[in-house]
This record gives sequence, C-alpha cells and structure tokens, in this order.
Amino acid sequence: MTDNRPVVTMTGISKSFLGVRALHDVNFRLFPGEVHALMGENGAGKSTLIKVLTGVYDTDEGAITLDGQPVSFTGPMQATAAGVSTVFQEVNLCTNLSVAENIFIGREPRRLGAVRWGEVRRRARTLLARLDLDLDVSAPLGSYSLAIQQMVAIARAIDIQARVLILDEPTSSLDAVEVAQLFRIMRQLRDEGIAILFVTHFLDQVYEIADRITVLRNGGLVGEYATAELPQLSLVEKMIGKELDVLEGIEERSRRNLAVLEEGTPLVAVSDFGRAGSVEPFSLTIHAGEVVGLAGLLGSGRTEVARLLFGADRTDGGQVAVDGTPSSLRTPAQAIGHGVGFCSENRRAEGIVADLSVRENMILAMQAARGWLRPIPRRRQDELVDKYIKALNIRPSDPEVPVRNLSGGNQQKVLLARWLITEPRLLILDEPTRGIDIGAKTEIQKLVTQLSDGGMAVLFISAELEEVLRLSHKVAVMRDRQMVAQLANDDGLDADRVMQTIASGSHREEADR
Amino acid sequence: MTTGSLTAGRARFRLPRRQIPVLATLVLLLVMYGIGVSQYQAFSNVQVIFNVFIDNGFLLVVAVGMTFVILTGGIDLSVGSVVAMTAMVSASLLQQGLPAALVLVIALLIGPTLGLLMGCAIHFFEIQPFIVTLAGMFFARGMCTFISGSSIPITDGFWTRMSQERIGDPRGNFVSISVLVAFVVVAVAAYTLAYTRLGRNVYAIGGNPQSALLMGLPLGRTRIAVYTISGLCSAIGGILLSFYTLSGAPLIAVGMELDVIAAVVIGGTVLTGGSGYVFGTVLGVLVLGVIQTLITFDGSLNSWWTKIVIGGLLFAFILLQRLIGIRYK
Ligand SMILES: Nc1ncnc2c1ncn2[C@@H]1O[C@H](COP(=O)(O)OP(=O)(O)OP(=O)(O)O)[C@@H](O)[C@H]1O
Ligand SMILES: [Mg+2]
Repeated sequence: MTDNRPVVTMTGISKSFLGVRALHDVNFRLFPGEVHALMGENGAGKSTLIKVLTGVYDTDEGAITLDGQPVSFTGPMQATAAGVSTVFQEVNLCTNLSVAENIFIGREPRRLGAVRWGEVRRRARTLLARLDLDLDVSAPLGSYSLAIQQMVAIARAIDIQARVLILDEPTSSLDAVEVAQLFRIMRQLRDEGIAILFVTHFLDQVYEIADRITVLRNGGLVGEYATAELPQLSLVEKMIGKELDVLEGIEERSRRNLAVLEEGTPLVAVSDFGRAGSVEPFSLTIHAGEVVGLAGLLGSGRTEVARLLFGADRTDGGQVAVDGTPSSLRTPAQAIGHGVGFCSENRRAEGIVADLSVRENMILAMQAARGWLRPIPRRRQDELVDKYIKALNIRPSDPEVPVRNLSGGNQQKVLLARWLITEPRLLILDEPTRGIDIGAKTEIQKLVTQLSDGGMAVLFISAELEEVLRLSHKVAVMRDRQMVAQLANDDGLDADRVMQTIASGSHREEADR
Repeated sequence: MTTGSLTAGRARFRLPRRQIPVLATLVLLLVMYGIGVSQYQAFSNVQVIFNVFIDNGFLLVVAVGMTFVILTGGIDLSVGSVVAMTAMVSASLLQQGLPAALVLVIALLIGPTLGLLMGCAIHFFEIQPFIVTLAGMFFARGMCTFISGSSIPITDGFWTRMSQERIGDPRGNFVSISVLVAFVVVAVAAYTLAYTRLGRNVYAIGGNPQSALLMGLPLGRTRIAVYTISGLCSAIGGILLSFYTLSGAPLIAVGMELDVIAAVVIGGTVLTGGSGYVFGTVLGVLVLGVIQTLITFDGSLNSWWTKIVIGGLLFAFILLQRLIGIRYK
C-alpha cells in the first residue's frame, strides 16, 4: 500500500502561536488508499497540523506538497477544491438548515443563479445512499442526533471528489454501533483509493482501522510506524514519553461492597422522575461515596436523566428526597443548593466561555455557588487552579491563557476542573473523558475513585463500557429512553452482560445484591 | 443492531416546526378578519383590505429588508430614520427644482450606501449591530433636521401622479402604485432568500456563523450585503412614504423601526436568526394593519390600543417561538 507515491507530504513544519510552540519541525506523509492515524496527547498538535495542511493557519516554516506539487492553501475552501476535505474536531454544520443543504451549501447546483432544489435533494440522497444512510434530506439537520450530523459532515466532505479525507476525532461522540458504521464507510473510501487521515484517542480503533500511525508529542514528531509493527503498549509509551501506570489499583477498590455502601439514607433518592418525550419515569438512589454508572447507547436517554437530576429539565412528576428529607430539584439553582454539580457533555455550547482565561473558567461555578457578592480571594483562586491544572495535567499550564487557545481535550479538562473545585456532594459527569487522551483519562478515572472514597457521590455517564464498569459500584442501563435495569457491579458483571441488557433488556431488573 | 437502527426514527421532530409560527400568524390574521367582518358590515368590503396594503406598503418594504437582517441574527435600528431621510432628501431636492428621475436615483442611493457602511463597521470592526445601527439611526435623523427643521411639501408632477394613481377593478376597488412596488419587492426578496446563494448564506449565518465560516461561506460579504439590502429597502420605503404623504418631514417615521421589528417577529422570524420567511413578514405587516383598522372601525377606542395589542401579540409570539423550541443550536 505504501509503495506508491504519497499524495500529501509535509516537511519541516513549524508553527507557533504568540510564542507557544504548537508544531516544531514535523514531517508527515499520507499515501493514497491508506487510513493513517495521527496520534498524540491532548495539545500534542494534531489539530494544528491538520489546520496547517488545510490552510486555516499559515506555516511559519516548512513545505507542503500535494501530488508532488508544492501547495499552500489559503483556507478550507481552497483545500477542498483541490481535493483535500476536512471534518474538523467539532461538528461544524448549520443545524437550522436541511440535511441536503448542509451537504451542498456553497456549491449548490444552479441554473441561471437559481439553486436547483430538486437536484440538490436528489444528489444528497445518492450521496447518503453511498454511505448507507437513509435520512429525510429535507428535514432540518438539528432534528437528527449528533452521530448522524457527524455522518452528514463526512458526506459533505467526500462529495467533492475528495482524494484526501481528514477526520479530526470523528468518533468521540459516536457509540459502538455508529463507529462500526463509520469504519465501514472509511474502508469503502479507502478501497476507492482515498487517503484518510484519522485522529482519535481510542487505541482499539486505531488498531482496528489504521494502516499506519504517526505519533506527535509536544508539537514534535516522534515517528511514523506501520500499525502491525507497533504494539499498543509501545504506542502509548511513544505518545506520553514514559510508561503508563496501570489501572489495576482502581479496579480493586471500586469493588467495594454495594450493600455496605447502600446502608443508611441515600444522599439523593428520586422516584418516578421522567419527562414526556424525553425519558420514561425512573427511580434511582445514590448514596454518599457511591459511583453510579449510566450505560446505554447514544440517544438512549443518558444525558436526559442527568439533566432531570440537575433540574436543567423539569420532571413531570415524582418525588425527590435529599438526605431523606423530601425536597425538590426543579431548577439548577436548587440542585446546586443541594450540592449537585453537573459537568455537561456539550462543552462548546453549554460550558466553556472561550474568551475567559483558564482560571476564570475554573472559578466560575464556585463563584456562582458563593454568590457574586463574595469574591474568592485571588490567593485561594490561584491555589485551587494550580492544583487542578496539575492534577489534570492541563497544557499549557499557564492559568491566564484564554481557553479558546487550548486544544479540544484540554478545554474538556478545564470544564471538569470547574465542577471539581466546587466540591459538590453529588457530581454528575456526562462523558467527562470524551476527546481526552489516555493519560488524562486515567487521571480522571483515578480522581473519580479518590473523590468517591472521600464521600462524594458520582453519577458517571460514558459511552465506553469498560470505563463505566471500572469505576461504578452500580450500573444503571438505559435503552430507548427507559431505565431498563440497575445492576450491582460485582464479579458477575462484565461488559458482555451489560451489552446484553442494552440490547435486549425490556423489563426492569432490581439491583441484584 | 442493524445499520438501519442508526438511521430509523432518529429525527426527533418531523413536524414542519419552522412553519408553525407562520401558520399561527395566518390563523391570527383570519381570526381578526373574521371578527372584523362579524362586527362591522363595511369590513367585508374588499377595499378595506386594499387600504391596509395602501397604508402599509412602505412598512412592508422596510420590513422585508429587516427580515434579511434578522435572519442573519442581526438587527437594524436605522430603518425609520433612513426612511425619513430619504423622504426629506427627495422633498428638498425637488424643491430646488431637480428633475424627478435624478432625485429618484439619488434618494435610492443614500440608504444602501449608509447600509453598506454600517455593514462594514459591523463586520470589519466586530461592533454589535445594535450599536452601529443605533449610531446610523441618530445620524440619519440628524441629517433630516439638518436639511430642514420643518416639513417640505412636494409639488412635483411625477410625485403627485404616483400619489394619485389608482389601479383598480371595474367595481371601484383600487390599490396605489406603492402597493405594486411592495409586491415586487416581496417577490424579489422571497426568490432571493429561497433560490440564491446569497439567500441561503443568510440562513446559514443566522444558524451558526462559526460553522458557516468553516464551511467556506463568505461570512463578511453576506453580512455587509444584508445591511445594504436593508438600506435599499428603507430607501424604497422612504420614496413610497413620500408618495403617500407628498412631503418630507424631519420627524416622520419616528419609532418606525420598532413597528418593523414587531411585524417581522410576529411574522415568525426568529430574532436570533436562521429561521423565517418573507411571506411571514407580509402576514406580520397585515396583522399590524388589520389591528389598526379594527380599532379605527370601533371608533370609541383610543389609538393607543394598537400599541397595547401589538405589545401583547409580540410577547405571545416570542413565547410561541420558545415553546416550539426553534433553537436548534
Ligand atoms: N489559536 C491558538 N492560539 C494559541 N495557541 C493555540 C491555538 N491553537 C492551538 N494552540 C495550542 O497549540 C497546541 C496544540 O493544539 P492542538 O489543538 O493542535 O492539539 P491536539 O493535538 O489537537 O489536542 P486534542 O487531542 O486535545 O484535540 C496546544 O498547546 C494549544 O494550546
Ligand atoms: Mg484536536
């Protein structure tokens, strides 16, 4: 596969942002008909390399060739026209427009200046059929799940006779079924001779799909490898530059006896919580020091459960008891008052304030909880912020940089720190490790274990079953917007059993102690 | 777990949600008309409806321009002042004896030029549209009084002909020239929004400017274009107003921008951008017009009731938009 000539080469690429060195003397090659994984920790420079290639940023130094010809694109539009299509890290489409229009806007087929809508729809259907998607192309994109939106973004990217397809973390918001679907499409495109550059933090996926791997670390090139010749452990070592400490410690501790944990009054007990059109009524208890995992496919109602518990959506009925006393969780303010913290999955829309600094972003929730009339002394702020920058290994470690300049994964860490700082009694984490590199993922998992040992209750939502199983004492399984089971995480429980429940569990099982 | 499960039934709401506000406005309009007809015999006369158009033709044209701006998520507060300024300039130039055709051209250039400048300020200096167009509003209003402190009558032949021309059917119902102009503007605008790249870019930018940019759409050009279009519509509206009143007055159309915004919003266009139709704006203007007519027919009600009703409706419609959740973001 690699015996022909590369379609893209990048040599000696360097790029700095106001003194921050994002890339330094990086070489990169991409061959036709290969899937090439670009790996590295958060902030290693993966997205920057992609943006340099597609002309979003200028290079400081270095040269790029396409089919042997030197190129320097002025922006994604020009790159696309030359056959280099990109799906950027966050889905960038307009949800108010129809599916078909999202695929074709900017290059709609026209006659005498008038968009030919019939043709647009017809071509969109053909294109989606090629990707095995059967959508109503005139429905607004916003009426489809994030995963589908991701697929539509890919459809947009491959429409233009693309020869190079760049996917920056396309899988971070997809569940297993959808990833399988995406990979099928990627293989198909690869076999058609398209070169695919693929970024992910999931190692399994790399080994499943990639032919070759390029590893970046701290903006520098570590090396280029054939996947078959690079064992997983060495890949991790190359990414983080040292050996990864293993997770076994965590595993042992999380197996604390659920029965012991669940003695006494629960911290939060809800019954018959639900919301028409969103989640069927469910009941759930969470005790101090307990980690409850919420498993289920994308769109199964995991986030909706979290939003109800936080008062971000209102429940249609049911009761809540906090520490055994009846109370209410009808608004986020009430929930925060009861010590509930909610780290949302949708960091760009709901969480991060891009123009504020890392420090300001981290302090936000704590300040809100104290009320704006009692500012947190600067010394205390610095202390806290420093602590979490270290704990989560946020880079750059300067608390005063605006969050917009951080890489996607590091932004996620800042958001997490924001809620950790408030030291809530119940912390709801919705996909906290999405888009986060393996080192930081381990850190976050350790942190969750530590916090729960210290008495904090955690509701942990994740699409990755292994992670849920590793951390939780009890796993609640969601399916089709219904809580179908609550399983004690004892020796009998493994990923297969949870998968089975997700696939088939139609009636409620009680926690089997 | 077939691949079918990925796609089937994932569309969360299939209803034509974006059309609901427009439909609601249509229903409201019909209800109001029904009330009118059942209460007052003369209301069923077709001329009543024609009069609504005659009285509000200029408002409709300006509202069409505003629809473009609001669809991108912006706002244009300068429209009322630009309307007044256009009428003032026309009246004053005609008074000085310039030929009507020349005056028309000059008057039609002022609005879009100001719009272009405001659009550039908004785009290149990243200043809030609210502030920029507020400045534009003061500037244009200031220019009015600068031209003349008092009203200037128009006696020009062309203008008076335009003012008096009646296009009617054999039974004596008629509309004025300005209604025809307004219809042409509406048709052109509807076509532009639905069938041209410019129009589609307007929706895309209103939906998510960041995404629009990354999709390679010309963000700046589109933004500047909508304020220019709004300026042009205001200029046309100003000319129509001067046909209607046969004068230019420094304090005419004060606060008109608010009526225009109200009409656009009642017509179903979402203030945050990305969703709405020109047809809705036509309905919105008609709603305002019919309310006025109803209150005139009643005779006992103070004209302030118009404002009160519009306020209530505006509130109701914004509430409706929220409830339907036209916030795909
Ligand atoms: N616009 C910018 N201004 C300043 N610094 C930036 C900017 N964009 C990126 N950086 C910095 O460049 C470095 C590389 O960022 P990049 O986004 O390429 O990381 P990444 O490898 O994609 O990480 P992730 O896995 O988290 O997405 C980071 O240290 C980041 O803070
Ligand atoms: Mg990235």
